[in-house]
Amino acid sequence: MKKYFLGIDLGSTTSKAVIINEQDEIIGRGITNTRANYMVATEIARLEAIYNARFSILKMKLDDEIKSKPEYKKYIEDIESVFQYLQFKRRLDKLIVQFDESINSTFEGEKKTTIVNFVKTIFNIIAPEIRHEFIFANLGNKNQFFRDIVSERYNKEIAKLGKEYFEPMMLIYDKSITPVENELTEFDFKELIFEALEVLNEKYSYLENTNPEVSDIQFDIEMNILKGNHKQVHESIKEHITFIANMDIHIANMVGTGYGRALLPFPEKSIKSEILCHAFGAHAVFPNTKTVLDIGGQDTKAIQVDSHGLVTSFHMNDRCAAGCGRYLGYIADEFNISLNELGPLASDAKKEVTICSTCTVFAAAEIRELLNVGEERADILAGLHKSIVMRAMSLLARSGGVRNEFTFTGGVARNQAVLKYVTELVRKNYGDDLKINIHTDSIFMGALGGAMFARRSYKD
Amino acid sequence: MSKSVSKEKSMIIQKEMIAGLLKELGNAKETGKKVVYTFVPGNISELILAFDMLPVYPEINALQSGMRKKSEGFILDAEKLGHSEDVCTYVKCDVGMMINGNIGPSGEKIPAPDLLLLSYTGCFTFMKWFETLKRLYPNVPVALLHTPYQEGHKITPEMTQYMVKQLKEEVIPKMEKVSGNKYDEEKLKKILANSSKVEETIIKIFDTTKNRPSPIDAYFAGVYYIGPINNGFRGTPEAIDYYNELYKEIMDRVHNGLGPITPEGEMEKERFRLVVEGPPNWTHFREFWKLFYDMGAVIVASSYTKVGGVYDMGFRVNPDKPLESLADYCMNCYTNLNLEQRVELLSKCITDYHADGFLVNSIKSCNSFSAGQLMIMQQLERRLEIPVGFIESDLVDPRYFSYANIKNRLESFFQMLEQRKLILE
Repeated sequence: MKKYFLGIDLGSTTSKAVIINEQDEIIGRGITNTRANYMVATEIARLEAIYNARFSILKMKLDDEIKSKPEYKKYIEDIESVFQYLQFKRRLDKLIVQFDESINSTFEGEKKTTIVNFVKTIFNIIAPEIRHEFIFANLGNKNQFFRDIVSERYNKEIAKLGKEYFEPMMLIYDKSITPVENELTEFDFKELIFEALEVLNEKYSYLENTNPEVSDIQFDIEMNILKGNHKQVHESIKEHITFIANMDIHIANMVGTGYGRALLPFPEKSIKSEILCHAFGAHAVFPNTKTVLDIGGQDTKAIQVDSHGLVTSFHMNDRCAAGCGRYLGYIADEFNISLNELGPLASDAKKEVTICSTCTVFAAAEIRELLNVGEERADILAGLHKSIVMRAMSLLARSGGVRNEFTFTGGVARNQAVLKYVTELVRKNYGDDLKINIHTDSIFMGALGGAMFARRSYKD
Repeated sequence: MSKSVSKEKSMIIQKEMIAGLLKELGNAKETGKKVVYTFVPGNISELILAFDMLPVYPEINALQSGMRKKSEGFILDAEKLGHSEDVCTYVKCDVGMMINGNIGPSGEKIPAPDLLLLSYTGCFTFMKWFETLKRLYPNVPVALLHTPYQEGHKITPEMTQYMVKQLKEEVIPKMEKVSGNKYDEEKLKKILANSSKVEETIIKIFDTTKNRPSPIDAYFAGVYYIGPINNGFRGTPEAIDYYNELYKEIMDRVHNGLGPITPEGEMEKERFRLVVEGPPNWTHFREFWKLFYDMGAVIVASSYTKVGGVYDMGFRVNPDKPLESLADYCMNCYTNLNLEQRVELLSKCITDYHADGFLVNSIKSCNSFSAGQLMIMQQLERRLEIPVGFIESDLVDPRYFSYANIKNRLESFFQMLEQRKLILE
């Protein structure tokens, strides 16, 4: 039986899981937001990685077909999207039940009836909206968690209500979302994947009856390649799907890392520092890496690595959180926008406004002053992004500078403005010849390193 | 932390020695003995003893207050007087103690100084510290002994002459005046002859870490071992006896293949051997030590145990040239070495004692030790290709000891060492 290895990175903001095979290839990724209950977060990430691994194995099995026939690729992507939606749907159903309970225990009389009606109306609007986005617009690929997806739409709907309902509607939301989020919803992969195929049939039937040119749905070119032949694709793929649904993903060994690592029920030897794991993961993806900058939810780490991927020294911030994910979240709140919008908005800037405060709280105060004097939000954000990257640069300098090659990892590496300034400042300070590596899997480097340690410490 | 601290015979002897000195200090007014306040780095206590005076070391009082969890209140009192957050916490703790009636860490009153012997070796904070003491004791004379920094890697004859001149023209006349005794060079020579014997023994003691397992911890236990030579016993017969006994105990451990004794008990398995740069944290000393003990980490050499004098590179006092010896001794102390010399010294320790890694405990409020530590660390990392670690704490300000941060960094550092062993094997 093939052996797989699991790495879990229980970060302060997000929990990541990576499954690798015996060749250190990533075959499964799982990610969720870290919540009050670390164990649930770990389980969700782990299960998600296992589901994802099944899809990866499917893609590997059909590698030749995927390369030669784009409809196969699209079909599998579609199954995965619907599969993600069905997982979401199970949680959403639980949330609706939880809302009922919260309303019953919080309100009485007429107010209760009003709130019940509001909630019903809201869910009647947002549930189909989300379904549609998952199935037709690939929402599952947007790195959003259950809470983010629901919150964004729920908030939009309550903004339409009278101001006096804002507080009670938020109160029951908070009361309801947390228990659902902290409850583990285990899915039966087999059941869900066949259900996903049903939903897909519905989608493709719609496709058959639709003329893209007059449709209100944005059918992309890729989608149209399935028109007229999705049944054949389905037939030829069915057997493989049955295989991956029934296969046993045997996790031979696992290693946990990240801030919550001590809470994982793993033996001591299976718990590794995130510094080692990030460096090891980054080095595996980019074997010439000498310096790693990891900006996570809670801290920034500058790590120096030797030719084996082993850490020789590291530096962490412990006086200022500016630059970490949590800080960016705080700034997003300050601007009343979502975290994902920060980077794009900063990238639209025409200039960079200088932000001097090195403290998170004072920086927020400085931002307010700048807004008061009429500076543009985008320009302030650009300056802010630059200033936080400058702090990461000082940490890099303390750790011994940037050595060729330089790899940027961690969740914050997803922010395009941070990326822009890291690239710019690393080049400015350490030379244009320096190779800078940034990977789409940057957030998974710690979990990948963990999985690699798990493989190396595994004994038959 | 429920276990009682393990004590060796030498520890009991040392405790008695220190208690005796404190008692003597407590009775100084009755016995008429004069009291000299001075500093540990490059302390010329042989000269103080040659005049039959008693030394007091403000840093030692501060660190002992820290270990007894009394320093925070003193520091806050000094801050109320206007001392900034960034001022050396030894200074603030000491000032706090003095304005609270000069009650020492053991509860006994420390006598006021009769002479302030301001010798400074690499640490310029000492000057400001004694300015403060001078304001507290305005009628007490100050004798200034300036030690030239070893900027050019070596001690030149001119540097020695410069120091001897200060001893002859500044320090000795003031000591004569305060003590009422004439300078007796023969007496000083005898005291220095004792110092020389102790220096030999100290070298042998700290060299025992060449053994595997190392029989001692040269940092946490090391700071106890250097207690008597830095705490008024340099050049005394008691110091010779103490160090002979200590050496005998350690050699017994070597012969029995035993690891160090720690407050948590005997270190059973030596997993990592480290060289540590920088002072320890005193307010959480035992907790700090335990973090290393729990990981099986033994410190095989440390720079802080050389703060009173560096003998590793061959320096010994020469009783035939007493004042020149005192001068050279001051110039040879660790904080007076330039950064390259420090790198050389630490590099020698790492190589000679087969250390697996190098760790810096950087003190937030200590300018003389902390300046240059990152450079030292990076040079050692590149030159010896060993893993290096960096943590930060403070001397005696408990507000700057973050257990979670230090534990997290140390865990990562120890895992670095472990992984290196695993993968490279």
